[in-house]
Amino acid sequence: MRDFSYLRAGSLDAARQAAALPGAMLLAGGTTLIDLAKCGVAEPDSLVDITHLKGLDKIAVSASGATIGALAKMGHVADHADIKRHFPAVSEALWQAASAQIRNMATIGGNLMQRTRCPYFRDPANFPACNKREPGSGCSAIGGVTRGHAVLGTSEACIAMYPGDLATALVAFDAIVHLGERRVSVDDFFLLPGATPDREHAIDPGEMITAIEIPNSAAARRSTYLKIRDRQSYEFAAASAAVGIEFEADGRTIRDLRVALGGVATKPWRARAVEQALKGKVLEPDAVRAASLLAVEGAVDNGANHYKIELAPRVVARAILKMGETA
Amino acid sequence: MTVHNMRHGDASDGGADAVGGRLSRVDGPAKITGSAKYAVEQQLEGLAYAVLVESTIASGKVRSIDTAEAEAAPGVLKVLTPDTIISLRTASDWFGTPPPDKPYCPLARDITFSGQHVAAVVAETFEQAVAAAALVKVSYDETPSIVDLSDAKAGDGIPIDAMTKKWGDAQAAFASAPVRICAAYNTPREYQAPMEPHGLIAQWEGDKLTVWEPSQWLDGMARTYAEWFGVPFENVRLVSPYIGGGFGSKALALSHGAVAASAAKMLGRPVRLVMTRPQTFTGYGGRAATRQTVTIGADRQGKIQSIVHRGINETSMDGMWVEPLGSVTSIMYATPNFSSKQNVVRVNSVVPGAMRAPGENPSAFGIESAIDELAYEVGIDPLEIRLRNYAEQDPHARKAWSTRQLREAFAAGSERFGWERRTPQPRSMRDGNQLIGWGVAAGTYPVRRAYGEAIVRILADGSVEVESSSIDMGQGTYTILAQTAAETVGVPADNVVVKLGDSRFPRAGVAGGSRLAGVMTGAVYKAATSALDQLVGLAISDPRSPFHALQANTLVVANGRISSPRGDGPDLSIAELLGSVGRDHIEATGDTMPANSTAQDRYKNYTTIAMALPHTEGDYSRHSWCAHFIEVRVDEDFGTVRVSRVVSALDSGRLYNPKLAESQWKGGIIMGIGQALLEEGIVDRRHGRIVNNNLADYLVPTNADIPDIEVISVGIPDLHSSVLGGKGVGELAIVGVAPAIANAVFHATGKRVRDLPITLEKLI
Repeated sequence: MRDFSYLRAGSLDAARQAAALPGAMLLAGGTTLIDLAKCGVAEPDSLVDITHLKGLDKIAVSASGATIGALAKMGHVADHADIKRHFPAVSEALWQAASAQIRNMATIGGNLMQRTRCPYFRDPANFPACNKREPGSGCSAIGGVTRGHAVLGTSEACIAMYPGDLATALVAFDAIVHLGERRVSVDDFFLLPGATPDREHAIDPGEMITAIEIPNSAAARRSTYLKIRDRQSYEFAAASAAVGIEFEADGRTIRDLRVALGGVATKPWRARAVEQALKGKVLEPDAVRAASLLAVEGAVDNGANHYKIELAPRVVARAILKMGETA
Repeated sequence: MTVHNMRHGDASDGGADAVGGRLSRVDGPAKITGSAKYAVEQQLEGLAYAVLVESTIASGKVRSIDTAEAEAAPGVLKVLTPDTIISLRTASDWFGTPPPDKPYCPLARDITFSGQHVAAVVAETFEQAVAAAALVKVSYDETPSIVDLSDAKAGDGIPIDAMTKKWGDAQAAFASAPVRICAAYNTPREYQAPMEPHGLIAQWEGDKLTVWEPSQWLDGMARTYAEWFGVPFENVRLVSPYIGGGFGSKALALSHGAVAASAAKMLGRPVRLVMTRPQTFTGYGGRAATRQTVTIGADRQGKIQSIVHRGINETSMDGMWVEPLGSVTSIMYATPNFSSKQNVVRVNSVVPGAMRAPGENPSAFGIESAIDELAYEVGIDPLEIRLRNYAEQDPHARKAWSTRQLREAFAAGSERFGWERRTPQPRSMRDGNQLIGWGVAAGTYPVRRAYGEAIVRILADGSVEVESSSIDMGQGTYTILAQTAAETVGVPADNVVVKLGDSRFPRAGVAGGSRLAGVMTGAVYKAATSALDQLVGLAISDPRSPFHALQANTLVVANGRISSPRGDGPDLSIAELLGSVGRDHIEATGDTMPANSTAQDRYKNYTTIAMALPHTEGDYSRHSWCAHFIEVRVDEDFGTVRVSRVVSALDSGRLYNPKLAESQWKGGIIMGIGQALLEEGIVDRRHGRIVNNNLADYLVPTNADIPDIEVISVGIPDLHSSVLGGKGVGELAIVGVAPAIANAVFHATGKRVRDLPITLEKLI
């Protein structure tokens, strides 16, 4: 039987120290970790339970922005009145994620650490080759069942899709991950697979996510998260878009635009080319559709996931047009 | 054994205890509160835990199994391999065919599919067994596999002559028909996905085996265990008071059961083995993938002149599963010329199995899509073309229908749905980005009949007890048998206790093919009638009875009280009467077996399906029928299909409990929505392995996917089909849902999707 030690951390520092030891993993909501332990992917030597740490579950919204403690539950953040008012895309991304049961358990910090749903990654007994799990072992997904795999940000080593919704909204609005004192933008926090798909986050041993900060912006206040999926609930995105928009005083000319994609890339994917193409332009359906095609510039499919390249720009366009309609 | 506190449903039930009343599920409170104890939840002294080790290749041989590390792991009691497991005997199949005289080993040396059981580890705790199972090292000599029906090596398969149906000259009639339709329809591997995974606890006491296992057929599975282990049938007891979903997958003893029972015998301890969710995709078979070609020749008015149907389904390398693809094709519409043939193709998969409406379900997807295509081809409303080709008798058996309320179903469903407001052109109905489509399809399922047996006791306190080894997997057996006994004896349903799910009780055939309700209500009715006769006989004839002096011919029993028909004598409770005559109970066994049945006949009836009566036996052809009217909304940019409205009208004959029948119909429709839009076992072609083997990746509908579903009963009592007039309920409603949705998608988009499921990439 695989033994592991369990430590209930008494303080943030104690948690960091314990988690820095080889084989240690932080345990918060457990919705990802326990799942991965069951399928043989996560094999921690020690679990450092941080769920009892005080003060890490606060949600504070001020004039400058929102700060969400790492232990805030997904469900609480989704339902928070100020989050809904200032960052509707964040709330919408959360409540369309997972199930009510999982949202009530899972924490915001843990959500950022969610691993891919690649079936090859999740089945070590049958598919030993996985560069994300075992660096250098190869990629079982390439040449296999790829309907759910990424078309953007892939490498020869890995095509696993980043499955989360929240971080897609966060990356659109330049959110910042607090690793104690250190600050990293969400965009930099998530790493491209490149030759090292095992390294997914810009976080070092002994570091711990303590909070997420989302700067206030007019675009965030007028934002949405559109998630398209095979099943209407409890399902990962086939393609999703977080979109925020700010108009000039004329109510038609785009001053600021934020676009990020989910369900199609190896990390939360900011589509800056779409933003640049439309900034300063009058919002007009054909222009939006044309610009949205830039969202999948450089996309590479692996057969069964080709539809994502067709789908993602349509999702982006719909989301932008929807935000325009509410002028 | 289970004792229920009988409860009524809400006030809307009106306390309708009799057959036909809307009594709420009597097992509901136990399930809702968690007090219902499922098979593998038994707490037994000395319980050990078994975990399976499965093949990671799809084809080849096990070269060696290194168990040293696993055996040395903490808590490990035994590692079972083909070399170390005790030898079993091959059991007969479900027809009772005498098996070949050769040993049976539930752990494989020859690998024919990925996920095959090759070893098992038994340990003191579940966690120890899981950890040790990961230490078993199996090496293989791998050979090329045939992945599925599209594999170039698969070939044309084996013709199944029994599936050939033919009348007239279908090819010639097709060739000369003014309008011709020809298309291929495919359905993928689909899985039953019951909420409760398969598993069991096996315990030996000497040569007596007790198995706690979710089961759709206690006596059939007990027979298999008895034959495997070479013990008398009576020595095996199956216990299965509740079943967390079966959908066809829990009717047979499976190889994991043989592993667990072998381990229990070898260790002299009770052993528990529960499949992991991924193992439920390979430990037994789901619905076989199918392919059909349907050609229809018709005149310009849409009158069918010929149907030519060809089908294939996959089966395993060493097992035979035939999914009868011509079953609906051959009876739904009147045609003077018909031909249907079917082949079965061997692939490296677990042998497919029964899943809700095997045969009829994929068959209906073919014919009910094809007739829709014909409707557009000739420019006739899809409902009208079905009426134009209405089969007034069974076109294949050439017998009268026992009852066929399909015309009534079309009428009731279309009216309620508002079908007449449909605009015929594809893409003609729209709401913003949503293309709206309305589709119709019919469904049918044969009435499968067999014989049943039950004990009914009237106890000293006036309550009634029913015993049967039949089961309730959620379809409502507990409830409708309580209603049957309550009505027949004349007591409130509150005073009836139904005991099911124990093979020590009077025997029962399979809960499959939608036959159990008809079989068991008949048996309970007979037993209860007999018990009532005894009760009334005692009251009239026993000198101690207060009714004795009345010299009546008969008495009335109602609401638990006995009185004379004219109300001129005593009025006693049943308890008072039994007390007065000094009896502590009355017991009657009733069955519906033919009068001269031998013990062997009975054994065969309850432990095989060989004695099931053909649905076309005698003068009639017996089927349930339904018509589905479905609205879909398809996002024109995203290709996502959502079902927004369902109205289905169904003919299941007389309903023993409309509330429960409606629930089953809705369940079937929901499963059909999953089949149409979501469900597909996806194989990695390099490894021959199902990769979406879990409920996050194998999608079944959530509540959000399901709109309000309206079901309308159009059935009438059909006494050719069952003692009390019911036909089948459970399987019927899924049949026709997928084609109704595909037809609606065509109406919405102008795109005909002939491969299930209808996922978004097929529409964008």
